[in-house]
Order: sequence, then structure tokens, then C-alpha cells
Amino acid sequence: MITLFLRRAIKDLIQNRFLNIVTVTTIALSVLIVSAFILFFVNINDMIDSWKKGIRIMAYLKSDSSLIKPGDIEKKIRLMDGVTNTRFIPKLDALIKLQKQMKRQSSLFTTLKENPLPDAFEIRMTRQAVNNKKIEHLAKQIEALPSVDEVEYGQSWIGRYINIIHLFKLTGYALSCLFFIAAIFIVANTIRLVLYSRQEEVEIMRLVGAEDRFIKAPLYIEGLILGALGGIIGMLALYMTFFYISSNMKQHLASGFFDIRFFPHEISCGLILCCMFVGWFGCFLSLRQFWATNKRN
Amino acid sequence: MFGVYKHYGRKKALRDINLDIYEGEFVFVSGPSGAGKSTLLKLLYLGEVVSQGQILVDGVNLSRIFSKRIPFLRRKFGIVFQDYKLISSKTVFDNVALVLEAMGHKRRFIQKKVNSVLRSVGLEDRYNSYPLSLSGGEQQKIAVARAIIGDPKIILADEPTGSLDAKSANIIFELLKRFHRRGGTVIVATHDMELIRRNKGRIFYLDKGFI
Ligand SMILES: Nc1ncnc2c1ncn2[C@@H]1O[C@H](COP(=O)(O)OP(=O)(O)O)[C@@H](O)[C@H]1O
Ligand SMILES: [Mg+2]
Repeated sequence: MITLFLRRAIKDLIQNRFLNIVTVTTIALSVLIVSAFILFFVNINDMIDSWKKGIRIMAYLKSDSSLIKPGDIEKKIRLMDGVTNTRFIPKLDALIKLQKQMKRQSSLFTTLKENPLPDAFEIRMTRQAVNNKKIEHLAKQIEALPSVDEVEYGQSWIGRYINIIHLFKLTGYALSCLFFIAAIFIVANTIRLVLYSRQEEVEIMRLVGAEDRFIKAPLYIEGLILGALGGIIGMLALYMTFFYISSNMKQHLASGFFDIRFFPHEISCGLILCCMFVGWFGCFLSLRQFWATNKRN
Repeated sequence: MFGVYKHYGRKKALRDINLDIYEGEFVFVSGPSGAGKSTLLKLLYLGEVVSQGQILVDGVNLSRIFSKRIPFLRRKFGIVFQDYKLISSKTVFDNVALVLEAMGHKRRFIQKKVNSVLRSVGLEDRYNSYPLSLSGGEQQKIAVARAIIGDPKIILADEPTGSLDAKSANIIFELLKRFHRRGGTVIVATHDMELIRRNKGRIFYLDKGFI
């Protein structure tokens, strides 16, 4: 029975090959665009994450504040919203670190009578706190503490871009949804055209005693095949584009800095399954409509 | 059938039809064209729904049947449609095989059975042709082949010899008679009085929707 349905589905697909090629192409294009977005965001998110990890606020203490215990300030800072971790860097450590970084100019240090560097706190924040306004707010709060001399938060320029990326993400979601829906309607339309071109055939099948599911099953199989084909072709196209771009990029960027990756196979499979669902659902929609308009008894 | 009426809009196609057809009978429904013969047959297989009255087929009340059961009702009938109703995109073989496929038979069985039925209507060399490439008479024979292939209880034949020459008409009628001899019920709608005269069977005469 299933082989019969499969055979009929494949026969139908071949019979309406032009229509089906158009449908598969549209699904493939939709998949290509949607998955390109996903791919883009997977990589952007990686980058943002690594940047976010690098973002920290440095709070330099007043040099005459040695009377104040660093522990007290630390406690205060830790209580602030969005702070995950603080590390006290005594000025001696800072100096040693600096000396290590500047070995060549070590003569410079020998002339120093006393350590010019202040004590400092390195403050790390939760991910949510890493956005422009919150960092600024936090920095102001810390700066307002009596013994804090100066606050520095390098790399916060990223924050400005994060908003743009968020906007981009939103656009991506919207576009993906749009394409998803469009794909469903295109499949529905294809199946509908197939149905209408065979209205008479369907009618005759029913008259000679075919059950509805006998008529519908091959169409559902067609929908699934259309979806799967579109999905696979779309993914392949994306993979090839990705491969091409990334190998180019690696040559130019000497790699290491950007580590772009293709998304995991689960997502690819998920997308293809999604496409099959699109095929099935499109079929379901058009069958429901067709049956509603053609049901005489 | 009890007190059956059928209207198409305001047009009354059948009026107060009461009749019993018994298992194993050979029945003619005759009358001039437009009398309602086709309509009468359509009511039986639910190609149309009665406007008023009751129809029982093999103990099943057609106005009470669940729509899921309709395909099974139709499998009791082998129908030769007036306009053949062959699927033009399918080959002769596939057209005839469709009935058995819908019933869920095995491929091997279908192949054998279709071949033997096509042979009995004399079209065994045509099974790869498409219906539109055949003459009217050949198409009618295919329609008959499709009607008998599912071993129905009842054959409904609407003008089954309408476009056939005398020789082909005889072949078709022999097939119907053979089906009848094996215990099947046959209901033939025809305006061809000559045909009726040459064959035995009970006759209902319809005129303007009255019996
Ligand atoms: N689908 C339909 N819609 C409207 N009128 C119809 C329809 N089918 C048949 N009729 C009318 O019903 C009457 C009986 O038709 P029909 O049963 O086909 O007659 P017959 O088969 O005896 O020639 C005719 O007058 C015809 O015009
Ligand atoms: Mg008629």
C-alpha cells in the first residue's frame, strides 16, 4: 500500500515537474535565506560572547585611600546589580605585570622610587549587564564611591554595536517567519494546482469507491518530498557558499581571530524536518480547502 | 426506493418513485432522454442526494449513511457512466487497476486480474494506451471492464451501448449477462427499446420523472 502511494506520488511529481521544480526552488531559497541568517547569528553570537567576556570595568582607587580596606569597597561593588565577580589587583601586582609586559624597557622601572600605579579592582559583569547604558550606569555608581579615583571600561564601544546587532536579529526573525509562511503558501498553492488540474480524476476516484485517504496519502507524500528536497538543496547551497567564503576568509584573515563555524548538524536536520513540515502543512491546507469546496456528499 | 423525489433546483427530475429491485435481477430503466434515468442511477451510488424519500441499498439507508462508509457503498456497485468517466492522464491499465488499488489489493493480483478482464472485453492489446486515443466504443468497453473488475454485487450501466455498433453492443451485453448469470444484479438505463426487446428483464418505464 505504501509503495503504491509512493509510486503514485513520484509519478505525480514527475508529471508536474515544472511546477514542482519551481516549488522546490522556492523552498530551497527560503531555506537558504533563513539558514544564512541562523548561520550569521550563530557566529555573531560567538563573537559577542567572546567580546562580552573580555569586557570589564577597572576601578582605580585613590592613592591616599590606603586607610580604607579594599574589602569594604569590594563588598559594596559586589552588591551592585549586574556584577558577577570582582578581583582586587594590588598596585604591586600591577607593577609586576607591567614590568613583565615591558621587559625591554625594564630600565625605566629601576629609576622609579615608588610605585606610580594605583590599586585597582577588576569588575566583571553578567551578560545582561553588558550593554551600553547599564555599563555606563554601573561605572557611574562605582565612580561615586568615595575611595574610587577613576573608572575605565574599555571595549564598551561594542555595546553600541550590540543594539544594531539586536535590531538585525529582529529583522532576521521577522524575515525567517515571513519566508516560512511564504514557503507554506507556495507548497499549498502547488498542491492546490495539482488538485485542480486533477479535479476530475479525484472525482472519478471517489466514484469508483476510493477512500479519501487513498486519494490524499500520495499528495501528502508529495508534500513531504517537495519539502525535503527543497530543504536539502537549500542546505547544500548554503554549505557550499559557506565553504567558499570561509576558505577565502581564512586566507585573508590568517584565522585564529575569527573562528567562524557552520552550525551543528542537528540544526541542519532540524531545518530539513522543518521543510518537510512545511510541505506537509501546505498540503494539509490545500486539501482542506479543496475538500471543503468539492464535497458534495 | 420509497417515495423518492429529486429536484435540481426547481427542476423536478424524479417524482414519487417507488420500486423494489431484488438481488440477482436484470432490470431496465427506460424512457426518453431527460426522463430521469441517469438521475435514478446517481441516487443509488450517492452521486446525487435524494430530495425526499428513502433509498435502501443492500439494507443500508442512504440518507443515514456516514460519509466514511460511502466508498464502501460504492464498491458494491460497478458503474458504467454515461460519459465513461475515464481518467485521461492514466493508461487503460491504470484506469481499470484503480478500482482494485483503492480496495487495497496486491500488485501481483491486480496485474493478473486487469489482464484477464481486459481480455474479456477484447482490449488486451490496448492496456498501455490512453483513453482519449481510443474510439468511443473502446472507451465504453473500458468503462465496462472497470465496472466488473471489483466483483461488485450490482452493476449500474447508464446507456452502456450508447455509442457502440451492434457487434460491440452484443459483446458488452454478453458481459452484463454473464455477470447476471453468476448471481449479480444488473440495472441498465437505456432509451434503446430495440435493445430491451431483444433481452430479457424487468422494465421500468420513466417519463418526465414519473414511473
Ligand atoms: N446536475 C443537474 N443539474 C440540473 N438539472 C439536471 C442535472 N442532471 C439532470 N438534470 C435534469 O434532470 C432531468 C433528468 O435528467 P437525466 O436523469 O440525465 O435524464 P436521462 O438520463 O433520462 O436522459 C433532465 O431534464 C435534466 O435536464
Ligand atoms: Mg442519461
